[in-house]
Formats: sequence, structure tokens, C-alpha cells
Amino acid sequence: MAVKKFLYVNRKAPYGTIYAWESLEVVLIGAAFDQDVALAFIDDGVYQLVKGQDTKEIGMKNFSPTYAALGDYDINKIYVEKESLDARGLTVDDLQHLVWEDEDEDWAEKDSIKVVTASEMAEIMDQSEVVLSF
Amino acid sequence: MKFGISVHEGPYTHQAADSAYFFCKAALDAGHEIFRVFFYHDGVNNGTNYATPPQDDRNVMNRWSELAKEHDLDLVVCVAAAQRRGIVDEGEQQRNGKEGKNIADGFRISGLGQLIEAGIEADRTIVFGD
Repeated sequence: MAVKKFLYVNRKAPYGTIYAWESLEVVLIGAAFDQDVALAFIDDGVYQLVKGQDTKEIGMKNFSPTYAALGDYDINKIYVEKESLDARGLTVDDLQHLVWEDEDEDWAEKDSIKVVTASEMAEIMDQSEVVLSF
Repeated sequence: MKFGISVHEGPYTHQAADSAYFFCKAALDAGHEIFRVFFYHDGVNNGTNYATPPQDDRNVMNRWSELAKEHDLDLVVCVAAAQRRGIVDEGEQQRNGKEGKNIADGFRISGLGQLIEAGIEADRTIVFGD
């Protein structure tokens, strides 16, 4: 099977609508297809990665720990748009520390999240072959 | 050109389902191929035959069924999204002990892998959503 560059674009807050959770479901199922996968977080989508989420009071399942498992699925290109963070008063330190282990460097632990500018994000989208927007 | 289509919104609330339909129709009329139309999120509600829209309005669900019949389209409803929202075919009815089934003609229920496969196989994948 051909290998294509998939980009999952996450634009919505984690709760309030189901888009974020069902997007993650696609990412996890899609991981079985051995494609070249990257995730983008823009607009309110950056809230999906914020650490310390507590959903007890809204009766929703807190699915945020799932993002930490993405590295085990060989998903290690996670792009977060700087402008979206800035507009919400967030920095990368407010986000979960997502890592993956590099097989080629004796399983060295590396950061999965890369903060990119809007124009860099546009470039990433341009270079992707399948862009699924959520 | 071979297109893969993903419809992420339900009928009537959003225009996304209408736009997706018109895109498919125009692409087919222009001689292009639709590899698959995948229905996700509330988009699965495009595949119900339990809806009865007013007679002076378009019937979004029937329109899909007719287009599928005419062009042998593959209309796939995501099983996980369908189970949440109550779109049921015969298999789901039996598995989950439901009283009826409501999948419209031309639609089938299958897994998310069908969306990934469409992305791999199609020249262009287009999402119609919010």
C-alpha cells in the first residue's frame, strides 16, 4: 500500500463538541495503516493539549491522557500553531509534554510537539497529501 | 481525478452535507470518479431513512441514495459514530438488540479504516464540515 502524508488538523476545543475526541479516534485507527502521520493544532484546538484537564464536573470522559500514547503509535510530528497559543495566553509549558522514543538513537526520548508559526503551518499543510480537518 | 469525500455534518443543521452532495454530483457530471463518500461525526445522520423532511424542502438523505444508485457510489457510514447516534443496519440491529434498522438505501456501515483507505487511494480527499 502506498504511503501518503496524512495531516490531521484539530481546530476545536476538547469539550463542548465531539470533534476533538472523534478526531483522535481516526488518528488511532489510522495508525494501523503505516502512513506518514502528522497532527496540527490550531485555533481552539490548542486547548486539546493543555495539561491537567479535569472533566469531572461536566460528566465527560477525560481523553487527554490518550495524546501521551501517540508516541507509541509512531506519531511524533505534532505541530502547534504559535499564533493560536499566543492569542489564548498559552505557551508550550501549558501543554502536555509529549515524547517519542527514537529507535535509531538507542530509543532516546524526544519531544513530539513543535511550535510553528502560521506561515510554517501553511507550508506543512501544503506539503501534506491528505488533510483531514476536525 | 479520483476523489475521496468525508462528510462531517448532519443534514439540515449544516450546509456541509448539501455542499458535499453538490460537489459529488458536479464531479461525476464532469467525468471524475468518487472513490468513496465517508460519513463521520453527525454526518452519519445523512444515512437514515427514518427522517421525514417537509415536502416543500429537499430530501438530503434520499438525494444521496439516488446518486448512489445512479453512479454506483460507495456511501460508508462510520460504525463508531453510527453507534453513538443510532444509525442501524441489520448487522448492528442483531448485535446490539435493537428493534429496527434505519440505514438508507445505498449506505453501508463500516469502520474508520475506510476513511484512511479513501485518503490513500484517492487523488484528492475533501472534507465537508463545520
